[in-house]
Amino acid sequence: MEKRVRVLVAKPGLDGHDRGAKVVARGLRDAGFEVIYTGLRQTPEQIVGAAVDEDVNVVALSLLSGAHNHLFPRIVELLKEKGLSEALVIGGGVIPDSDIPSLKAAGVSEVFTPGTPISSIVEFINANVK
Amino acid sequence: MNIAEELLGGSRLALSRAITAIENEYDNAVEIMQKIYAHTGKAYVIGITGPPGAGKSTLTDKIAKAYRAMGKTIGIIAIDPTSPFSGGAILGDRIRMSELTLDEGIFIRSMGTRGSLGGLSRKTADAIKLMDAAGKDIILVETVGVGQSEVDIVKTADTTIVVMVPGLGDDIQAIKAGILEIGDVFAINKADREGVDKVCREIEMMLDLNQEQVLWRPPVRKVIASQNEGVNELLAAIDQHKNWLSESGELSVRRNERIKTELLAILNEQIGRYILTKVTDSGKFNELLHNVEARRVDPYSAVENILKDILR
Repeated sequence: MEKRVRVLVAKPGLDGHDRGAKVVARGLRDAGFEVIYTGLRQTPEQIVGAAVDEDVNVVALSLLSGAHNHLFPRIVELLKEKGLSEALVIGGGVIPDSDIPSLKAAGVSEVFTPGTPISSIVEFINANVK
Repeated sequence: MNIAEELLGGSRLALSRAITAIENEYDNAVEIMQKIYAHTGKAYVIGITGPPGAGKSTLTDKIAKAYRAMGKTIGIIAIDPTSPFSGGAILGDRIRMSELTLDEGIFIRSMGTRGSLGGLSRKTADAIKLMDAAGKDIILVETVGVGQSEVDIVKTADTTIVVMVPGLGDDIQAIKAGILEIGDVFAINKADREGVDKVCREIEMMLDLNQEQVLWRPPVRKVIASQNEGVNELLAAIDQHKNWLSESGELSVRRNERIKTELLAILNEQIGRYILTKVTDSGKFNELLHNVEARRVDPYSAVENILKDILR
């Protein structure tokens, strides 16, 4: 039995910068995870559809546009609806500290803001993945 | 939940979980395969292979859309390489297929090679069976970007499409052994680029030199996948090959050959495991190993010695 952690790295919403998401994807690859990257400008429905088909353990959302308060909770909700409630949802990008408590209350497990070393993300996933 | 029954009942999540189970060799994996096997053998399997960057994912996306327009349901297995160092992988084929994600009739699964070297992952064949049992009409298998000798797809697919692009090498490349030998249909992608006629000519020449394939001469089709050009012509060529396979009886010959290979592989694996546990449990193994390490015994005699005990 060789369980391998599968992570969906997704960019919801309309911003067009995915350098950060790619750096994180590469870092997670080097940590031994299987990283599925779906590209830019994905709707919550597309992200959750991919998460279902790929049976991922982690959904990592990168967002720079400011729409996180709307999109992150919507994705958590859809994941539950589709039967993936045990998937760990984490977020990153330009997210004000003051928004983090409400995102966590909505079911986002952790939010990593700019400057976070990849190793912290890897540690968090390893400690919390189901 | 009973994964096999839910999968047969059409549950998307059950299909997804079943693939995870076989990929990770969970305890229930064999049981799932046992339950679904009777429901397999209906889907048509198309392999899409070619060098990295040839446009396999983009072409897969367009082929899926074209079949979907005909009302077929589709399963896609997209394979990318696993790092031999970290065991991790970036599975990025979905980027070219994001429009397909919302279609209920299309199921896409990305797989890492996880150590397999033939261009597929070790569990690709089982994943195909699961999609087949879940009722997908057509299963598209996109291999990793291949070099010259990753040809496992031909043992797995009914029709293999080799995707080539202009500018990769001269005509000596076209007569070498390897992936160019396995194409049932050739798709020359990026056909708006310079050198496309040259690459077509070279492949046609290579195919004409091939004495053995007189029964099926693979057609060569130009496509521009990113602009959806030539895709219908490519589908027609796939269809011709499919018809030829069934009319000539070659389809059942190939499928039966595949079943035999698979049966032997499972048998081999189980016998291997059985012998391995027997050998390592015996204690004699370490003794022999030390003797071989010290060059008192050669490995061939050591193996003969071990087998004598087991196969008594």
